[in-house]
Amino acid sequence: MSHLRPALVLLLLFTALTGIVYPLALTGVAAAIFPQQAGGSLIVQDGKIVGSRLIGQNFASDVYFHPRPSATTAPDPNDAGKTVDAPYNAANSAGSNLGPTSKTLVERVKAAAEAKTAEGWTSPLPADALTTSASGLDPDISPAYALAQIPRVAEARGLDAAKLRALVTAQTKRRWLGLIGEPRVNVLALNIALDAFHARQ
Amino acid sequence: MTLNGWLQIGLVLGLVLVAVRPLGLYMAAVFEGRRTPASLALGPVERGFYRLAGVAPDKEQGWLAYTLAMLTFSALGFVSLYAILRLQAYLPLNPQGFDGVAPDLAFNTAISFLTNTNWQAYGGETTMSAFSQMAGLAVHNFLSAATGIALALAVTRAFARGGATTIGNFWVDLTRATLYVLLPLSIVVALGFVAAGAPQTLAGSVDATTLEGAKQTLALGPVASQEAIKQLGTNGGGFFNVNAAHPFENPNAFANILQIWSMLTVSAALLIMFGEMVGSERQGWALFGAVGALLLCGVALVYASETAGDPLLTALGLDPAQGNLEGKEIRFGQALTALYVAVTTGLSCGAVNAMHDSLTPLGGLVPLFLIQLGEVLPGGVGSGLYGLLAFAVLSVFIAGLMVGRTPEFLGKKIEAREIKLAMLAVLILPLAILGFTSVAAVLPAGLASLANSGPHGLSEMLYAYTSAAGNNGSAFAGLSANTPWWNTTTAIAMVLGRFGYAVPVMAMAGSLAAKKKGAPSAGTFPTDGLLFVGLLIGIILIVGGLQFFPALALGPIVEHVLMLAGKTF
Repeated sequence: MSHLRPALVLLLLFTALTGIVYPLALTGVAAAIFPQQAGGSLIVQDGKIVGSRLIGQNFASDVYFHPRPSATTAPDPNDAGKTVDAPYNAANSAGSNLGPTSKTLVERVKAAAEAKTAEGWTSPLPADALTTSASGLDPDISPAYALAQIPRVAEARGLDAAKLRALVTAQTKRRWLGLIGEPRVNVLALNIALDAFHARQ
Repeated sequence: MTLNGWLQIGLVLGLVLVAVRPLGLYMAAVFEGRRTPASLALGPVERGFYRLAGVAPDKEQGWLAYTLAMLTFSALGFVSLYAILRLQAYLPLNPQGFDGVAPDLAFNTAISFLTNTNWQAYGGETTMSAFSQMAGLAVHNFLSAATGIALALAVTRAFARGGATTIGNFWVDLTRATLYVLLPLSIVVALGFVAAGAPQTLAGSVDATTLEGAKQTLALGPVASQEAIKQLGTNGGGFFNVNAAHPFENPNAFANILQIWSMLTVSAALLIMFGEMVGSERQGWALFGAVGALLLCGVALVYASETAGDPLLTALGLDPAQGNLEGKEIRFGQALTALYVAVTTGLSCGAVNAMHDSLTPLGGLVPLFLIQLGEVLPGGVGSGLYGLLAFAVLSVFIAGLMVGRTPEFLGKKIEAREIKLAMLAVLILPLAILGFTSVAAVLPAGLASLANSGPHGLSEMLYAYTSAAGNNGSAFAGLSANTPWWNTTTAIAMVLGRFGYAVPVMAMAGSLAAKKKGAPSAGTFPTDGLLFVGLLIGIILIVGGLQFFPALALGPIVEHVLMLAGKTF
């Protein structure tokens, strides 16, 4: 019983210190020195929030570059107990959690691969174009996947494919010092740059 | 595997290596009560805490009083956290208006955060208010880690002292671990995460209008502050459902490196602290060498297996050079994903930057196996060290049997009582893991939650109880764990894995502390050389690992063979 007082008092003190003072003080400091990041790296165009630089969006139209497939879902509006597919639902991150020998996974990838081949893609297909990410919100794609989409975007927009290739190359992030990170293209940034480029033409 | 991949892995491990010694020596100074530069600012806070709590910092406790203090503190933490979760709807800072958490889920979550497991049967952004995350869950990220450090200190002192009746004061160790180690490191690391892009705001969410005109709701919150302690305290409970795979928790390669560094460094530094406190830094490095070698093998196997990819998918035309990308994020790459997978399970962290359920069979075998070894590579903060010391005691015992001498470790004679207690601790994992898995495998309530079938389904169940009993918290997350059956049984496994392990180890510490410290003689088996390192690795693999081999053979190993044969389920 002699342990009860220190247990209770220390729990209260540490809750105040680590649960309230620490996160609130950090929120204040973060807002002062890194306001952009602390607020979620939001991109604002003409006074409207169009998204976050870090979170992928579900581009489906032919005139935009597409992201990776996403496994996120949302509650079914018709049946609260069920869920429906809602790609890039940034309020409910999720992966597919399908294992390597899952029939569902193999059939899903097979159908997607056939669709890409019908579109005129040649083997090997960029793996990220056919696999879902861990978060369902992956903002990036591989340079190979971005380049493979150029014919479709060029045709839908009536733009020169060579110029689009230059645009993709300019948007490709390389490894820092050639060492750290992976080569990748942020899809939202690429599409914003694409809109701007198209408007200039 | 690529050269660049190994260079990135080497770079991260190098950053850990340079930090381990200064941090280990600093912790030894703090816990021996010596003055450090931090005392100037933190000393008055520390003394104020003791005064309010009625703690006499100079008065030490025997092993039983120490253990009871720890249990009382944990019990109280459970009650308060359970209350916060259930009453969430009536508490402040609930911008999304979430309801109170359901009883079975609140029970599971409270146990989970209390035991440093941080198994999450819920999605953070759809269940927990900002208040629950900060004042409920994040607090226990600090306190469960500090409790682990305290237990490790008690065991360390048992080896350092001779003929002692006391092993320290739990309240002092808890307070110092939080104030001098976890909190200052968290502040620095959290600012690093914000700089890299992790949000830190009290806003619950913000609506965006996408380029295509759709509405996208972005879940936000005080992410960075929780992320820092979640990694440093090897808790692993994510702010979001997908944990450190979420771009807000882990925005880029730099954040990813900081994540791995912060989960590994404190635990590894504790080994050096142990060496320093028992008077032989070399002993600390010997332990470090053993766990480092095993961990590197784990990293290499995950990396090789994931870059080899899933032959069922490459057969459909996918570029084999990219490896298995299902359930992985582009920005981390295969190398640092593999490193993350092995480190988070060699530790008891359980944060994930890829979905372990979608790893290749052998890539998924490694995290399972590393947790089953008892998470001693180098384990959770504190719990890893005392787990490793139980294995070290067993190693010298077996070495003693081989040459017919009374075994000694650090000048302490190891006798029947210590071996019994060490075995009791080591055997709790197979009991909880294999016991519960076999029951779940035949009950409809267990099987109904599976997302994958075939051998992968068995792996999902085995992983759940392995993670719970090992206090890891990562998951083969396809399993729908938020059901009364899974919430209850995994919570029991977590309690067994934490307290069923810690209490026998504490009893062992009490009996060791009372023994005289003998001087080494010509017949003493040196425990700081390569021979001991090799023996320790062998004992960890045989005692810790072999008992799980049949279960692993039925799960990931058979799945690997069937995958090569082109079978799907």
